[in-house]
Amino acid sequence: MRVELEALRFRYAALEMCFDLSVATGECLALLGPSGAGKSTLLGLIAGFERALSGCVRFDGVDVTQVPPALRPVSTVFQEHNLFPHLSVADNVGLGLHPGLRLDRAQHAEVAAALARVGLDGLGARLPAQLSGGQRSRVALARVLVRRRPLLLLDEAFAALGPALRNEMLDLVDALRRDRGLTVLMVSHHPDDALRIAARTAFVHAGHVLQVGATAAVLGAAACPPLRAYLGTVEGTATG
Amino acid sequence: MSLRLAAGTGAAAVVLLPCGGALLALLGAGDGALGALAEPRLLRIAGFTLGQAALSTLLAVGLALPVARALARRAAFPGRAALLALFGLPLVMPTIIAVFGLIEVYGRAGWVARLAAAAGRPGFGFPYGLAGILLGHVFFNLPLAVRLLLPQWQAVPGEVWRLAAQLGMGPGAVWRLIEWPLLARALPGVALLVFVLCCTSFAVVLALGGGPAAATLEVAIYQALRFDFEPARAAALALAQLALCLGLAALAARAGRPLALGGGELRAYPRPDAAGRLAAALDGICIAAAALFVGLPVAALAAAALRVPAELLADARLWRAAGLSLALALGAGLAALLLGWSLLLAARDLRLRRGRPRVAAAFEGVGLAGLATPPLVLGTGLFMWLAPHVDVFVVAPALLPLLGALLGLPYVLRVLGPPCERVAAHYDRLCASLGVTGWQRARLVEWPLLRRPVAQALALACALAAGDLGAVALFGSPATTTLPLLLYQQLGAYRMDAAALSAALLLALCLALYHGIERVLGGGDAR
Repeated sequence: MRVELEALRFRYAALEMCFDLSVATGECLALLGPSGAGKSTLLGLIAGFERALSGCVRFDGVDVTQVPPALRPVSTVFQEHNLFPHLSVADNVGLGLHPGLRLDRAQHAEVAAALARVGLDGLGARLPAQLSGGQRSRVALARVLVRRRPLLLLDEAFAALGPALRNEMLDLVDALRRDRGLTVLMVSHHPDDALRIAARTAFVHAGHVLQVGATAAVLGAAACPPLRAYLGTVEGTATG
Repeated sequence: MSLRLAAGTGAAAVVLLPCGGALLALLGAGDGALGALAEPRLLRIAGFTLGQAALSTLLAVGLALPVARALARRAAFPGRAALLALFGLPLVMPTIIAVFGLIEVYGRAGWVARLAAAAGRPGFGFPYGLAGILLGHVFFNLPLAVRLLLPQWQAVPGEVWRLAAQLGMGPGAVWRLIEWPLLARALPGVALLVFVLCCTSFAVVLALGGGPAAATLEVAIYQALRFDFEPARAAALALAQLALCLGLAALAARAGRPLALGGGELRAYPRPDAAGRLAAALDGICIAAAALFVGLPVAALAAAALRVPAELLADARLWRAAGLSLALALGAGLAALLLGWSLLLAARDLRLRRGRPRVAAAFEGVGLAGLATPPLVLGTGLFMWLAPHVDVFVVAPALLPLLGALLGLPYVLRVLGPPCERVAAHYDRLCASLGVTGWQRARLVEWPLLRRPVAQALALACALAAGDLGAVALFGSPATTTLPLLLYQQLGAYRMDAAALSAALLLALCLALYHGIERVLGGGDAR
């Protein structure tokens, strides 16, 4: 699914934001930038959690700016509170198929298959509290699978995981993207995440997309000064 | 307007309408009402109200400090959990029951008097009057203050204790540098709360005050209305009490920082000031004395209930009163929950989804109307508002649940408010993205996550309504004699056997209501 943001304006406290961005079908784009720059707001506008003041969001050329979140072809994985603590793992995934959890036999099978696909075979009856942090992220991804929405938004989804687990999850996301042709937008604080699975990276700064390009180039020699400051590479590139 | 806003507005109307009507009736009651405010008798009563509350607060909080400190220093000893549970009991226990227990221990024929007689010092009598009032207030508020102060120690990180040990701080330095600064922040709030409770307490003053000489505003209102039939005087007293409560509420709002009840887990860090025999002995004495002070009246109640002659169980009045109390408790509790929940849902909607935090705060503030206007003031106002139009004692069965609901409403808001808001803050986006809305959201998300606090709120509101004496005494007639009123009448007639049975039954009812609702509705393992 192709995503286009055109002059999408939003205001939070004193920060005036205006986003222009386009992401191609099946692409993985990383969003980097300092805290408070508007990365999560950008995802919120795409998912429909936030209402833009003006401008438009288009999916495959169709204007969806006024469409409510549940009707958008979008799945989101947040950093925390992705799962309901009182529902079993299978029910948490099943919510992706029916928001009232009325599932038929085929759908139960689908839930089980999705759990198997993310490496949680047989853990459907557990409660989230009985899983590790990495396993909880996998449950959230299993729900993404059963929902079959073409656009996946990751809002610092794996920020709380250690490096090895984070890489494992990123690889899983990358595999799912290839399998299903998902378009992925990923907010992260780690340039390594972008280098690992995102072909392109956008740098968000003070409510604007300041720079977009091939990840290696954007994070390397082509970085604009604010991005260098963010990456902490100012001195190295200034002398070089 | 959405359903939630409509429900919230309706609930606000149910709360504010009687409050407003009562206030107007009080203001309009008799030409002499406002003039009577300057009367010396009223000034004396107001002075006594404030004076006894100040003394009670000083004693309760002052004695709670060393007890709380001892409990904080001894984070693990056998019976600590039981002791803290005992300290939680006065919160649920109706005041009039405590009065019975205190009379059993300190009364003319009580345990202490008999012990004194055996030791050759006969004539120890129960200190009615100011001393009795102070005894009752300290009994209720010392455990409360301990439970409020104890969590302050939890805020001390383990590193601080390690550092204190490394630097070799003695008890004095630990107190001055670590404990006192923490407590000083919490003390004004705790003291103010205790002060408010002592200003508005009714049953203790009525039963232990022992006459008009030791009457607070709250009791004087009741006497003016029920015995002297002086509505204008009652209205003046009620207005004075209302002004006092509003002033205190304003003070409390400025003091900020809501207080959390705690007392459960304290991590046991080795404290440099807790070692040594002297410290251990002092802490032991503090804890044992507090345990005895709170535990003895409870034990006395149990002992008295056990020796009640069996034929008293056949008293039909007793069972009628018990049934009435149960019905009143459930009705008032459910009404408080319904009102509170409606207000909270409207407030949450306004704050988180519509960006109107001020309107949201106004909805939550409605519930505090019940706290600022004590039931007796509200009751007096309602009495005067309705008396010209209907027979108040005929409509009393409908008024009592309403008054009880208003009594419980602030607690419902306190218990249910934060979790209710947290559910929305955590899961609104997830629910929106999954399309979980309406009934499905209520069934799958709200109820499982909120059933615990809902059950707690309902349990507390029911127990409070079951034990309330104020409103029932004001509107009480033979047709509406609940257990607390029956117990008060029996105490007044010195029928101690019958009183013991009523007290035990009332306590059993309150505990059964409280724990039953919490268990059954709250679910065992729901998080």
